[in-house]
Amino acid sequence: MGVQGEAAGIDIGSRSIELVVMRGEEVIHTAKAPTTFDPIGQCRTLLCGVCAGRTVATGYGRKLFAEAFGSGTAANLGQVDDITEIQAYALGAARLFPQARTILDIGGQDSKVISLSPQGKVLRFEMNDRCAAGTGKFLEIMALSLQVPLADFGAFARAGDKRIAINSMCTVFAESEATSLMARGEKAQNIALGIHLAIMQRIASMLRRVGLEGPLVFAGGVARNACALDLLQELTGTQCLVPEDPDLTGALGACLHARKHMEDEHV
Amino acid sequence: MSEAQKAPTLAKFASPVDRFHLEMEPLKDAGTKVAGIYCVFAPLELVRAAGAVPVGLCGKKQGPIPDAERVLPANLCPLIKASYGYALTNSCPYWAASDFILGETTCDGKKKMFEIMARLKPLHMMRLPTDTSAEARALWLAEMHRLADYLTAQTGIAVTDEALRREISIQNRIRTALLDLAACAAEPQPPISSLDLMGVFESRTFVLNQEGYLADLLALRAELRELSAKGVSPYKKGAPRILLTGSPIGRGSEKVVRLLEDAGAVVVALENCTGIKSVVGLVEEGGDPMAALAARYLATPCSCMSPNTGRFALIDDLARQFKPTGVIDLVWQACHTYNVESFDLGRHVTEKLELPYLKVETDYTESDMEQLRTRIEAFLELQAK
Repeated sequence: MGVQGEAAGIDIGSRSIELVVMRGEEVIHTAKAPTTFDPIGQCRTLLCGVCAGRTVATGYGRKLFAEAFGSGTAANLGQVDDITEIQAYALGAARLFPQARTILDIGGQDSKVISLSPQGKVLRFEMNDRCAAGTGKFLEIMALSLQVPLADFGAFARAGDKRIAINSMCTVFAESEATSLMARGEKAQNIALGIHLAIMQRIASMLRRVGLEGPLVFAGGVARNACALDLLQELTGTQCLVPEDPDLTGALGACLHARKHMEDEHV
Repeated sequence: MSEAQKAPTLAKFASPVDRFHLEMEPLKDAGTKVAGIYCVFAPLELVRAAGAVPVGLCGKKQGPIPDAERVLPANLCPLIKASYGYALTNSCPYWAASDFILGETTCDGKKKMFEIMARLKPLHMMRLPTDTSAEARALWLAEMHRLADYLTAQTGIAVTDEALRREISIQNRIRTALLDLAACAAEPQPPISSLDLMGVFESRTFVLNQEGYLADLLALRAELRELSAKGVSPYKKGAPRILLTGSPIGRGSEKVVRLLEDAGAVVVALENCTGIKSVVGLVEEGGDPMAALAARYLATPCSCMSPNTGRFALIDDLARQFKPTGVIDLVWQACHTYNVESFDLGRHVTEKLELPYLKVETDYTESDMEQLRTRIEAFLELQAK
C-alpha cells in the first residue's frame, strides 16, 4: 500500500531527514530518518511507496537529492526542484503560524534566524554555519559527555538549581570546561543547565542582530528541548510558538513550495 | 556559453604566468629591475618611470598558508598569510623574478608581516597615511619622492617629469579601457562572464608590456560589442545582479564569484581592489605629475582609510550604473578593517540604496562551500520574489 500524494517535500539535514506528503490542503504522510553516511539510501527508504506529482528538496542534501532523483530518474516523484532551508522554513512556519514575524531554527549543523514581513516574505536572515557552538551538535556532544540521552537532556538540565557560566566560545573547549567543572564536583544537572544557557545566549544575540520582532516561531529539532525553550523565552522576553512537530517545518515548507509550483502551472 | 562564443582575445588573459615569462626574457637580458607589488597603492607609473617594471605578487591561494603559519599567527587574514607563504617557500614565479618588493603601511597585519618579509628580499615600505587631509597629502607626496629615490638607487635611472607623464598617460588609457570593459556588465545580459572579466582585470599587474595589454583590452572590447549585438551572453534573462564588495579576491580565492555563477547570478560590479577600485579615478594630466600621482593614489577608497567615505560614494555610483539587485560584502577572516566597515555598509546598502545586503566572512579553504552555497542561494531567492 503506497502513499498517493500530490506534492512531496523532503528536508535532508546534516543529522536527520524529514518527509512531508500532501494531497490538496491536507498533509497525508510524514516520515523521519537519521541522515547517516548514506543520505540518498535513507531518502530511498523514506520514499519507498510514495507517489507525488512534484517534489521539492531542501537542506544540505538538496543538491545531492536533485542529482539522484531529478530529471525523470524517479518516476514516482514527478519533477524535482530544490530550495534553500531559509525559504523552506519561512514557508513552513508561515503556514503553521501565519502571524509569525521571526523564525528561529536550531538544526544539527547550523542555526538560523529568519525575519518575515507581515505578508510572510523573507526580509533578512542570519546563519551560524561555521561553528558547532550555537547548534544542536553542541547539545549532542555535551549530552554525550554528561552521559544523558539527548532526548532527556532538556529535562535533565531543568533540574539544575544553579546557573553556571560556560565561557568557552568553542564546543571542544566548552567540553573541557564542563569536564573541569565535573572534576570540581559540580552537579551534572547544573553543568547541563550552564550548557543550555551558553547556547541560548548565543542564539539570543543572533536574534537581536536580525532584529527580533514577535511572534517568534521556534522550529527545528532543538525546539523539542524544554530547557532550550524556557531559556529562549526568558532571554528574549518573548512567548514562542512551537510547531507540534518542529523538525518537520522545513519539509513542510518544501512540500508547500512543490504545491505552489503545481498551482502556478494549472493557472 | 561555449568556448566558441567567447571573445577570442580572452585567451590572451588565460595563462598570465606564461605570458609573463615570455615578456620577461628580453627584459632580463637588458638588466631591467623587477619590483614586486602587492597593493593598488603601489604607484605603477613611478616604478616604470624609474626604468623598473612592477609585477603583482601571489597571495590568493590556500596552498602556502600552512607554511606561513609556522611564522605568522593562524588567525591572521588569509591574504597576508598566503602572500608571506608564497615568499617563504619561493613558490610564486613573480616573487622569484622580483629584485625588490614594495610594501605600504595599509592594515596592521600587512605592515607587521612586511617587517618579517623584509628578511627574505629587499623591501621598501611606503608610509601610507589614513586620510586625505592636507597634512596627509603632504606626507604621501614626500613618500612618493622617497620611493623615487629608492627606485633610482636600484635602477640607476632618475625619474623625470617627461617619463612620469608618459607612464601616466598609458596607465590612464588602461584605466579607461578597463572601466569601459567593466561597463559591459551594465547591460541586462552581459557578453562576458564575471570570472573572465575578473581575470582580465587581474592580469593587469602580471603583463609587463602595458602597451600590448592596452591593445588587448581594446580588441576585447570590440569583440564584446559584437557578441552583445548578437545577443550572446553566458547569463539568462532576468538573472540576479550582484555588486560584490569587500576584501580583495582573485584567481584562487574566487569561490564566492564561482558560487554566484553556479547559481546563475551575474557579478555586475566587482568593487574591490581586484576590480573597479583599482582603476577608478584617473591621474590628472597637465600639472606636476608627482603631485597628481600622489593625489590619485591616496584617494583609493580602501578600508584602511579612516573615514573611508569614498567607498560608500563609489558603491552609490556603481549601484546607479550597474543596477544590482543585491550587494554582497566579502570579508576575509581577520580582515579587521573591512569587517568593521561592514556594519556601516550594511546599513547604507539596506537603508539608502534599499537593496538586500549579505555579508560573507570566510577564508581561502573550500571547507564551507556548501554552507556558503546555501547562504548565497537564499540571498538570491530573496531577490527573485
